[in-house]
This record gives sequence, structure tokens and C-alpha cells, in this order.
Amino acid sequence: MKICTIRDLLDAKVICCEDGLSRHVYSACGSDMMSDVLAYVKDQAVLLTGLVNLQVVRTAEMMDMNCIVFVRSKMPTAEMVELARDCGIVMLATDKRMYEACGLLYSNGLVGNKVKSV
Amino acid sequence: MSEALKFHFTVDGEDFTSAGKASVQVKKNLRQLGLPPEIIRRVSIAMYEGEINMVIHAGGGEADVAVTEDCVEIFLHDSGPGIKDIDRAMQEGYSTASDSIRSLGFGAGMGLPNMKRYTDYMDIKSTVGKGTDITMKVML
Repeated sequence: MKICTIRDLLDAKVICCEDGLSRHVYSACGSDMMSDVLAYVKDQAVLLTGLVNLQVVRTAEMMDMNCIVFVRSKMPTAEMVELARDCGIVMLATDKRMYEACGLLYSNGLVGNKVKSV
Repeated sequence: MSEALKFHFTVDGEDFTSAGKASVQVKKNLRQLGLPPEIIRRVSIAMYEGEINMVIHAGGGEADVAVTEDCVEIFLHDSGPGIKDIDRAMQEGYSTASDSIRSLGFGAGMGLPNMKRYTDYMDIKSTVGKGTDITMKVML
């Protein structure tokens, strides 16, 4: 799914890296716990979260994720946006809640991914 | 590569927002060495979780990364409170982190399991009241 499709489905604002909107993502992960996100292996994925701190961007960077969607009208800080710009991570913000945002992406074909067992 | 390439980092335990900086630097260094992306991701995530743990639980510590011919080795050392029960700490979902740490998105009890998940070898030596040493290897 293209990131611009995610923007349209979630009626989201683009916060940074607009030039990455035509890139594809192949899976998604929704969580406010970053270690749960880190348990999940897949590049070119989108992270949906309601958490706002720098570690959200670092987590996405470690996972080679190329898009972060902030749900529940959360907005990233200027410092987070700057870090995302440096890493080329597209940031979107939507008024939708996590459940609805994940449901919309899933039902339109963006599925999750299995977690590798320890 | 006949000799190991080594990187050393001091992890600042005072500042949660700066946690992860060493892992970001390791990721950059490994990219410059031209290692495969999957290896780089596994090393960076394991080290990132270790770094976060040192900040959350131990007031910081030291991290050493060595790239040899056949593996990337990460050695983490802290002088924190130590881990009372390593078997329990390795269980997914078990955490001693405070609610304030959870509100920052960590302390879900996934840190050590994730470090094991992404590495080929992991050894924890911990003494209560003295600190913890963790060695991890990702084979090339």
C-alpha cells in the first residue's frame, strides 16, 4: 500500500517527508509500547502509535520503518519531526483512534506480520 | 578483515530522550562497513533494547561493539542493581519497570526477550547490587 493511500484512508495530515508519500509499505504495527514494536520484524512497515516521544522515531529508525502515523490527534514535537526528517521517515497524524485506524488499513489490504518466537 | 573493528560508547543514564544514540551510531558504522541490512537491523535492535535497559534500570553504562570476520559482538556493562531472577526477566511480559517508564513506551517486559530474539548468542552475568554484563553475538 502506498503511504499516500494511508493518508487518504485515515484522512491524515502529512507532518514531514511529503516526498516519501509514493513509497510502499507492506505491513503495519499498532502499539504504544515500543518494545512490542521491536518484537516484530519487517522492514518497509508503518508504525501506528499514540505515544509521543523521541524513542518512537528511534524505534522506527531501528526497524527501518518508513512511516509513522500518530493516532488520537497526537502531534509529534519539533525535535521528533527533525529526527524523522533526518531519517526520511514520513510522519502522518490522524484524528482516528488506534482501533479504527488499524481496522481501516487492515480491511483495505495492509496486514500485520507474525512475531518470531524467542 | 583480519583484526576486529571496535566501537566504544558511554550510555548516559540521566537522560531518557538521548537513549538510543549509541545504537543509531552503531547502525551508521555498520552501514559504512557494507554489512547486510538484516544483520544491521538485528544488531541495532538488540543494542537499542540493551541501551534502553541500561538507562531505565542501571543509571547508564558502557557498550562495546566489535566486528570480526564471522560476527558482530555487543558487550554491555553496567554497575546497576543487577537482575535478581534472570529466568523470570527472560519471560516475555515480566518487567520491574515503573509506571512512569511504561508511560514512555518501555517496560513491557520485552527488552531481554527481544535481545535474545535478534541475536544468535546471548549470555547474561548479573550480580545483585553490583551490576550486569551482557554479551550478544550476531553471526555474519
